[in-house]
Amino acid sequence: MSLRLYAAFIYVFLYAPIALIVFFSFNAGRYAMDWQGFSLDWYGRAFTNPIVTKALVTSLMIAGSTAVIATVVGTLCALGLERMRGWLRQLFDALIYVAIMVPGVVIGISTLIAFVTVFDAVNPALEAVGMARLQMGLWTVIAAHVLFNLAVVVLIIRARLAGMDRSLVEASEDLYATPFATFRQVVLPALLPSILAGFLLSFTFSFEDFIIAFFVAGPNTTLPIYVFSSIRRGVTPEINAIGTAVLLTSLALLMLAQFLLRARARAL
Amino acid sequence: MTKPAAIPDISFRGVSKRYGDVVAVDKVDLDLSKGSFVSLLGPSGCGKTTCLRMMAGFEQPSAGEVFIRGDNVTGVPAYRRPVNMVFQHYALFPHLNVADNVSYGLRQRSPRPPREGIAKAVDEALSMVRLSGYGARRIWELSGGQQQRVALARALINRPAVLLLDEPLAALDRKLRHDMQIELQNLQRNVGITFLLVTHDQEEALSMSDRVCIMKDGRLVQAGTPRELYDEPVNGYVADFVGKSNFFAGTAGQASDGLIKVALVDGMKTAGRASRSTAPPRQGDAVLVSVRPERIRLAAAERDLPNQIAFRAEAKVLNRIFLGEQTEYLVAHDRLGEFMVRSPRQGNQARAFEIGDRVAIGWPPDAALVLIKD
Repeated sequence: MSLRLYAAFIYVFLYAPIALIVFFSFNAGRYAMDWQGFSLDWYGRAFTNPIVTKALVTSLMIAGSTAVIATVVGTLCALGLERMRGWLRQLFDALIYVAIMVPGVVIGISTLIAFVTVFDAVNPALEAVGMARLQMGLWTVIAAHVLFNLAVVVLIIRARLAGMDRSLVEASEDLYATPFATFRQVVLPALLPSILAGFLLSFTFSFEDFIIAFFVAGPNTTLPIYVFSSIRRGVTPEINAIGTAVLLTSLALLMLAQFLLRARARAL
Repeated sequence: MTKPAAIPDISFRGVSKRYGDVVAVDKVDLDLSKGSFVSLLGPSGCGKTTCLRMMAGFEQPSAGEVFIRGDNVTGVPAYRRPVNMVFQHYALFPHLNVADNVSYGLRQRSPRPPREGIAKAVDEALSMVRLSGYGARRIWELSGGQQQRVALARALINRPAVLLLDEPLAALDRKLRHDMQIELQNLQRNVGITFLLVTHDQEEALSMSDRVCIMKDGRLVQAGTPRELYDEPVNGYVADFVGKSNFFAGTAGQASDGLIKVALVDGMKTAGRASRSTAPPRQGDAVLVSVRPERIRLAAAERDLPNQIAFRAEAKVLNRIFLGEQTEYLVAHDRLGEFMVRSPRQGNQARAFEIGDRVAIGWPPDAALVLIKD
């Protein structure tokens, strides 16, 4: 009984703040913690605020590009690793885990330093030939996000490849399919749910990331950066509404990804 | 120029396969003649599956050459070899229905055959394996036996030079396995395609095939008809692997009139003939005398044994198993140990011996084969 109470306490501790944010996003009043009645006003206000919509578009562009690049490159990387043997493969496997384990703040700082170093090195040369200087922008955020989402995608696809029946590939080759035809007709259909799941996870992780974007976004404002900077002016129900919208989108995408990975496991 | 009919569907010439220091297949020469049903038989790890995979093209030999219908296909990948395989666990594509699985091979051809042509071929292939009307089913809706037949249809629709079967019956239960054995034999006779079956089940190999190739430690020990393997094994290993036999160790002595004298333990003597499949053992060789249980005679006393007997002795009945038309006895001799005897039922005479009875045993000289060990 006491164990149950303890568990309940943990869950309350974990989720009560989130529940409060969701709850107060429907507040009619002006102040975050002063309940004045139910209203969807703040959702309307948040998503008609031009700064918010611009930040949202920025975030969506970053998340979309990150997901596409991480999924394509990650899938190819996983397929390549599958064929590799020996210490090189072990090295890459280890590096992939490292990329996931490294805290966001470290990725943020190290990519920032890397970008600045590269910019300082190549910008004088670019200026000399009359080309535009390299600077922080959406693409630096995308590059930094791809860095760790790539590892996520590789892990997911690797797990699927390892669980795949090798004899299916052989059966396809035995039935006159060239290696490329086998990939298209047998391997790809088997990987598709995992590829989609990898896409959704990268999209979510990129969309809700604050720390890395904070370091390398330059003058751009993503949605999490906007939320962070407005909190300094006090928490309004508008922030709660944005937070709730982000939360629900992320949850929906994560659940869909989970469903895809599970459905695959059941089919084989 | 040899005549086309004389070209085997698959030939191995000195084929070896090494994985690092391990020799999986060691200088195998093999010919599968057209339209035959051949089995590769041996215990697990004997190299039979590696041979099959080198025929299919999943593995390439470390040395030697592979020919399919006279063409040297050494180094040619699986997708360019005119053979098809039925996998041990069928390897049906889970994301395709039955018809799309069966038509898979046809759809890889370039140019792709017309849609109606493929549909007709699929119908024919499915009816051949008695699965007409199952085209739209999903793979996981089928039983193990049905999946097996889909795998057969998927391979045979391509009219391969050879159908390779990798322990295809191992995953089926006993009753279904027997039905599938008969079905496979009928199928092979109807389509006239060469079948190569890999199995570790000697009963399966003997009952289904025209020719059986016995492998051990990567080597082809003997290839022949089931009858040749049973009656004329090249060595003790084959005699032991094919059917049941009693073995007595000894030393080969002089040969005369086609009979080789053998000195057994404790100064006992017997004689037997050499196998017709191999050179006879030389004087002084360590040999095994192999006597099939159905060739050993039992009698109440030595004088009741028939005249032409190469070995006679007294023994005690240890066990008796009634098998219907035969009775199987386990008898013990003080110095030679235990042996198995199978006696047919003889007329009305109830000539059964009981456990504990003293009996006389003996066998005619041509029943004993003098073989080298392996």
